[in-house]
Amino acid sequence: MSEKLVFDAPEIMIDRPTHYCPGCHHGVAHRLVGEVLTEMGLVDDTLCVGSIGCSVFIYNYLDVDAVEAPHGRAPAVATGLKRAHKDKFVFTYQGDGDLASIGLAEIVHAANRGEKISVVFVNNTVYGMTGGQMAPTTLVGQKSTTCPDGRCADEHGQAIRMSEIIGGLGGTAYCERVSLDSVKNIRRAKKALRKAFEMQINGTGFGFVEMLSACPTNWKMDPVSANTRITEEMIPYFPLGVFKDVTKDGEE
Amino acid sequence: MARVEFREERCKGCMLCSTVCPKKIICQSSRFNQQGYKVAEVKAEDMENCTGCTSCALICPDLVIKVYREEKKEK
Repeated sequence: MSEKLVFDAPEIMIDRPTHYCPGCHHGVAHRLVGEVLTEMGLVDDTLCVGSIGCSVFIYNYLDVDAVEAPHGRAPAVATGLKRAHKDKFVFTYQGDGDLASIGLAEIVHAANRGEKISVVFVNNTVYGMTGGQMAPTTLVGQKSTTCPDGRCADEHGQAIRMSEIIGGLGGTAYCERVSLDSVKNIRRAKKALRKAFEMQINGTGFGFVEMLSACPTNWKMDPVSANTRITEEMIPYFPLGVFKDVTKDGEE
Repeated sequence: MARVEFREERCKGCMLCSTVCPKKIICQSSRFNQQGYKVAEVKAEDMENCTGCTSCALICPDLVIKVYREEKKEK
């Protein structure tokens, strides 16, 4: 009886074990980006802009041309790349410490100008690479190395909801928040990525996809309970859904 | 019959695959791989229950799992 391979790593993924911790969702996010690029036939025309954070080594795992941007400045670098190479597909891959804190100005203005780039934003509510410090997206009550008693709303403010901010800007063409905690949500995430990438290919405008993901190491949890935390604590505060889609009239 | 294949040298033993398996046939073995993680496995006698749904492969962050499904007979 013959059998066929129904699931394998996409060819664009370099065959090398990742440096990520067990249960880290960066691996899933990388694979989804790789799959969508492959399916859309963009592999040879893609310029990836890496950011600072755990995902800094994305060029070791995705076989595309890459530029490494200074901390938070990936949307600015991507703007330059896209304006100089209009025929290329340009995307940035950023974490929440990079995008929501240090690079807040860059992302907001790139979105507001409606740059024809795509942004993959992986939100795990901490600064992962530097050792679990409090990020703008850290939930109230969540413990981190710089707020060992938990984030206090009076002192540190509430967690910032990036998709709502980006979705409210004029230049944004597509903005959606997805999660990587279950098979259903992962499938949904892939569709969202494809939609955001299509916005760039069609020249419609800026595409933004926020992915809720886990950081078991810095949350001091095992991978399975960290995955459950996304469902139980993160999704209620960071609601999933489409925040802007210019191709759908009047349904925003 | 469908089956899954684990590339054990990549596995980090996070066991997210075991949480999504509808048949609950994935468990952690007592074997260590070169990285020092206890790898996920499906015992040989449980493999016949695999439906080839690819859920485990979709959630695996480390591209460990390959899924094979039986080719449908041509009509």
